[in-house]
Amino acid sequence: MTLSRRQTIALALGAAAAAAVPLPALAKIEEAIAAFTGGAAVGEGGITLTAPEIAENGNTVPVQVSAPGAVAILLVASGNPEPGICLARFGEGAGSQMFATRIRLASTQDVVAIAQMADGSFVRAASEVKVTIGGCGG
Amino acid sequence: MTNRRGFLQAALAASAVIGGGGWSRLMAQQALTQDQLLAFEDYGNVTLVHVTDVHAQLKPVWFREPEWNLGVGAAKGEVPHLVGRALLDRYGIAPGTPEAHALAYEDFVALGRAYGRMGGMDRIATIVKAIRAARPEALVLDGGDTWHGSMTSLLTKGQDMVDVMNALGVDAMTSHWEWTFGTARVKEIVEGLPFPFLGQNIFEAEWNEPAFEPYTMFERGGARIAVIGQAFPYMPIANPGWMFPEYSFGIRDDRMQAMVDEVRAEGADLVVVLSHNGFDVDRKMAGRVKGIDVILTGHTHDALPAPVQVGNTILIASGSHGKFVSRIDLDVQGGRMLGFRHRLIPVFADAIAPDPEMAALVDSVRAPYAAQLSEVVGQTETLLYRRGNFNGTWDDLICAAILAERDAEIALSPGVRWGASLLPGDPIRREDIHNVTTMTYGACYRTEMSGEMLKVIMEDVADNIFNPDPYYQQGGDMVRVGGLGYHIDIGQPIGSRISNMTLLRTGEPIDPARTYTVAGWASVNEGTEGPQIWDVVEAHVRRLGTVRLEPNTSVVVTGA
Repeated sequence: MTLSRRQTIALALGAAAAAAVPLPALAKIEEAIAAFTGGAAVGEGGITLTAPEIAENGNTVPVQVSAPGAVAILLVASGNPEPGICLARFGEGAGSQMFATRIRLASTQDVVAIAQMADGSFVRAASEVKVTIGGCGG
Repeated sequence: MTNRRGFLQAALAASAVIGGGGWSRLMAQQALTQDQLLAFEDYGNVTLVHVTDVHAQLKPVWFREPEWNLGVGAAKGEVPHLVGRALLDRYGIAPGTPEAHALAYEDFVALGRAYGRMGGMDRIATIVKAIRAARPEALVLDGGDTWHGSMTSLLTKGQDMVDVMNALGVDAMTSHWEWTFGTARVKEIVEGLPFPFLGQNIFEAEWNEPAFEPYTMFERGGARIAVIGQAFPYMPIANPGWMFPEYSFGIRDDRMQAMVDEVRAEGADLVVVLSHNGFDVDRKMAGRVKGIDVILTGHTHDALPAPVQVGNTILIASGSHGKFVSRIDLDVQGGRMLGFRHRLIPVFADAIAPDPEMAALVDSVRAPYAAQLSEVVGQTETLLYRRGNFNGTWDDLICAAILAERDAEIALSPGVRWGASLLPGDPIRREDIHNVTTMTYGACYRTEMSGEMLKVIMEDVADNIFNPDPYYQQGGDMVRVGGLGYHIDIGQPIGSRISNMTLLRTGEPIDPARTYTVAGWASVNEGTEGPQIWDVVEAHVRRLGTVRLEPNTSVVVTGA
């Protein structure tokens, strides 16, 4: 039986995805956020990020962001080799300022969403998503 | 019984947690009788009966409670993370009494011989019938981990427990190991259930939409009672997701809040959550979701003689393996829980008479397999148990069997919390081996792993237990190991807890770059190959004849 590292770890105990941990590309995240905000201060509140506490499958993690009144929302993953996930812009005719998608996460990390509001201010929300090989209880 | 009318409104607003003095002092002084065990002064207008994590134990068993159940973060030093004498002291229970034996590991063998086995669905039926005689409108709620855990449940794909629970008269249930029979079997059973299979957090995976009934409403005692189900949140992570790929789980406490708000808007006077979250997750959820009156906890197998209060929510912990039935009487008026009275009823099998109808049903579902179940394959001179954060003696025996029968350097065995105990001198029947190994994915694989990978696995599992945030815990215990020693500092973050990993065969440190032969079971990977683990253990026990285990000193724990 020939097994990849990922299969072997899952074989041992658990499920989702291997914890082959790349170093967080902190500089890249800061760059991506600064490019979006232009260096403006970022507040809290008015934005809701919904993500699982523990990913059922690190290859496809459902996330949803909602920021009523936003004109744009940036989504980044702090621990991926390339942190940028997507930038959503909302026009004046948008019925609501929210989106849902599925993202791939290399390891346990913070997912960060930043919204630009109509008045030019920025708010952020972050959620830690654990990518685990599992283990069982009960 | 302590009269808890005084608890009422004032106490619900206060921080006081009531003591468990009700049955402890009485029972310490008196003989163990059915009347004593069932004594309860009716209270209020609503009665809830909670059983959970029976793990398909139709017959009475020994079940040793944990010696190690470390709490981390906010749960450190709090119930349910008190064990042995500390737990007894917390509730004012005298050592050596029947309730001490039921709740604590100390003197387990001697007290077990004095007080006998616990559980048995026929005894539980007697208790439920007695409660219903006093309170005909009592709701009986099953917290899940019901269809899995015995040889007969495996052979009948859960049908034995379905028949028994239907006969008991359950009003609603939620789920965890039920799903390990696969989607098709779960749906087949659920279609025939005379009660709802609840899970507000079970979603259809592709479109992330609700897949099962989130709650059900009952009219009881002039009150509207909403029971919201919460299935085990980490199904596809802790168990094989390929068996139920159509579904996604998770805690989803925002939807829990929405469901509470919805049932309140529909006029619910009492909101009950029937949960398989695990105690620490439920305690955190109780502080985040507003408007829940009662959480019937499950999954982590804790038994507490008094409710734990979080704000205006009470948490009930009813143990496992049929050892306990919780009865909660509530005074519910005008949309408010004004007060309650609670008793954790210990199911002492020698004191509580079997219900004849249920006893006959249990025997009939077991009859086709009687010869297989009862075949004696060896004896034990050592107390065999599993429950605890680290290896129990059953785990040591299973790991020794894996090392010997699969010719491996290192054995890995899952840290599940189910598995009945055996006392020294007990025969080891095939059924007893199944009680600690049975599952639908029991193949005992054999493979190679690097030392580095072993460390990654150990760290990952440790974080699933000792992460300070309960929402990041899965509720099991540490992976059991054979042939491998290690130190663990539970206070450290992931990556830094495990050290001094040693190959016991040679006494040498585990080399991250070296490859080791590793065998284990309960892999969640589809297509895992190998003999079934119960056959591996049976072969080993037959070879040994009599099991005698030395104390295991290979795990050193700090940071507690």
